[in-house]
Amino acid sequence: MKQITTLKTIGLLFLTCTFLNVSPAYAEKITIAAAADMKYAMKDIVAAFQQTVPKDTVEVVYGSSGHAFTQIQQGAPYDLYFAADINYPRELGQKGFAATEPKLYAIGRITLWSSSRNATTMSLKSLLAQDIEHVAIANPKHAPYGKRAEEALRASGLWEKVEPKLVYGENIVQTAQFVQSGNAQVGIIALSLVLNPELAGKGGYWLIPDSLHEPLEQAFIITKRAENNTLAQRFAKYMESKEARAIMIRYGFVLPGETAAK
Amino acid sequence: MFLSESDLQAIWLTVQLASIVTVLLLLLGTPVAWWLARTRCWLKGPVGAVLALPLVLPPSVLGFYLLLAMGPHGPLGHLTKLLGFGPQPFTFWGLVLASVAYSMPFMVQPLQNAFESIGDRPLEVAATLGASPLDAFFTVAVPLALPGFLTASILTFAHTVGEFGVVLMIGGNLPGITRVASVQIYDHVEALEYGQAHQLAAVMVFFSFLVLLVLYAWRPQTQKAG
Repeated sequence: MKQITTLKTIGLLFLTCTFLNVSPAYAEKITIAAAADMKYAMKDIVAAFQQTVPKDTVEVVYGSSGHAFTQIQQGAPYDLYFAADINYPRELGQKGFAATEPKLYAIGRITLWSSSRNATTMSLKSLLAQDIEHVAIANPKHAPYGKRAEEALRASGLWEKVEPKLVYGENIVQTAQFVQSGNAQVGIIALSLVLNPELAGKGGYWLIPDSLHEPLEQAFIITKRAENNTLAQRFAKYMESKEARAIMIRYGFVLPGETAAK
Repeated sequence: MFLSESDLQAIWLTVQLASIVTVLLLLLGTPVAWWLARTRCWLKGPVGAVLALPLVLPPSVLGFYLLLAMGPHGPLGHLTKLLGFGPQPFTFWGLVLASVAYSMPFMVQPLQNAFESIGDRPLEVAATLGASPLDAFFTVAVPLALPGFLTASILTFAHTVGEFGVVLMIGGNLPGITRVASVQIYDHVEALEYGQAHQLAAVMVFFSFLVLLVLYAWRPQTQKAG
């Protein structure tokens, strides 16, 4: 008899908890899967967004866009998905994993970056120099930034000569680590990472002309599981706000509807 | 064969890496294990603990330290530069170096156990019969510890084959140089090439099972013999 009462109490507790969870009057939580190039910009955006919803929780998981793409199809608990390549969210939509159309949030840029030498006066041709042993790029097989790096090298006719020097990072942040640790003298890195205070001012960067590669169109979706999540919708809306756009521009992203800063 | 050329290249590279690491660790680990088994020095505890660290540490910790240490500004990087080799990340020998550190406990611990289980008696007998310590080591200890050597070698080889995190962090994913089978599988998955990932993964499962089968099937016999 006593056991049954205990069970009832536990059951009641469960019910109450579930009720509390869905009630919008109480704290909500979302988890965002974001491409590695968003690491620093997203941190600032989330911090600014949290001030408007202090009770709610926003968590971010960073990684390669392809990785999150696979995870979402396997039921990963992500409410929003920010991809470095619009094709990933587009395909998720076709497969029925998206609650919204892919929304273009930024266009990425690639740079030559070095932690040990002055990269501001470099150009892609500088990669041929003898004292440059290793050039780090993201893996072109699955990382959007790596694909664009390969395109830029091919378009300048340097691919065959530079390829023997290439080392491949699993995503754009790991590629930056190879350069930061000095193991690769130069890397082709996202502008959004190079502008971060931790990396900026080391050896400087040189912006690779975007005429040399396809645009890095970056888009996000709200996933199917977050279809009715008001916090996810609010965050999606916040990406269009003046504050969020200012942060994105600060990290070197070109925003939809605007021309490049330089 | 259903595997692509790059898959076969990755497997061959993995076999080369694991073989070289096993041989190197046999040479390096044997004296260390012998010393650990025989010594009464107070350093035994600390040295044993340091060598066992890779068992406990996440590969990311090792990978992070090795990336910095082997780089041009790190202590190992300076050393290899002095010896005329240059920095070792992104090279095959850099992987060998990392794997030796990473697989060390898998060689040392089974050997140490084997040496310890011999006990003092056979060696004392050998000594009274006039054998020098070195002589006694090779004619008495090594034959008695032979099962230990086999276990240690198989475990070291298998563990190096199974290495992933450290390679990912210091390898730079170079085909034929640092792109081992585990990394190749990861790349297949990332590129959504599930078919190829399945094939190579199946090879790995089959291989690992075979290794463990040999190890376990053969173990009871040695116990009977002992």
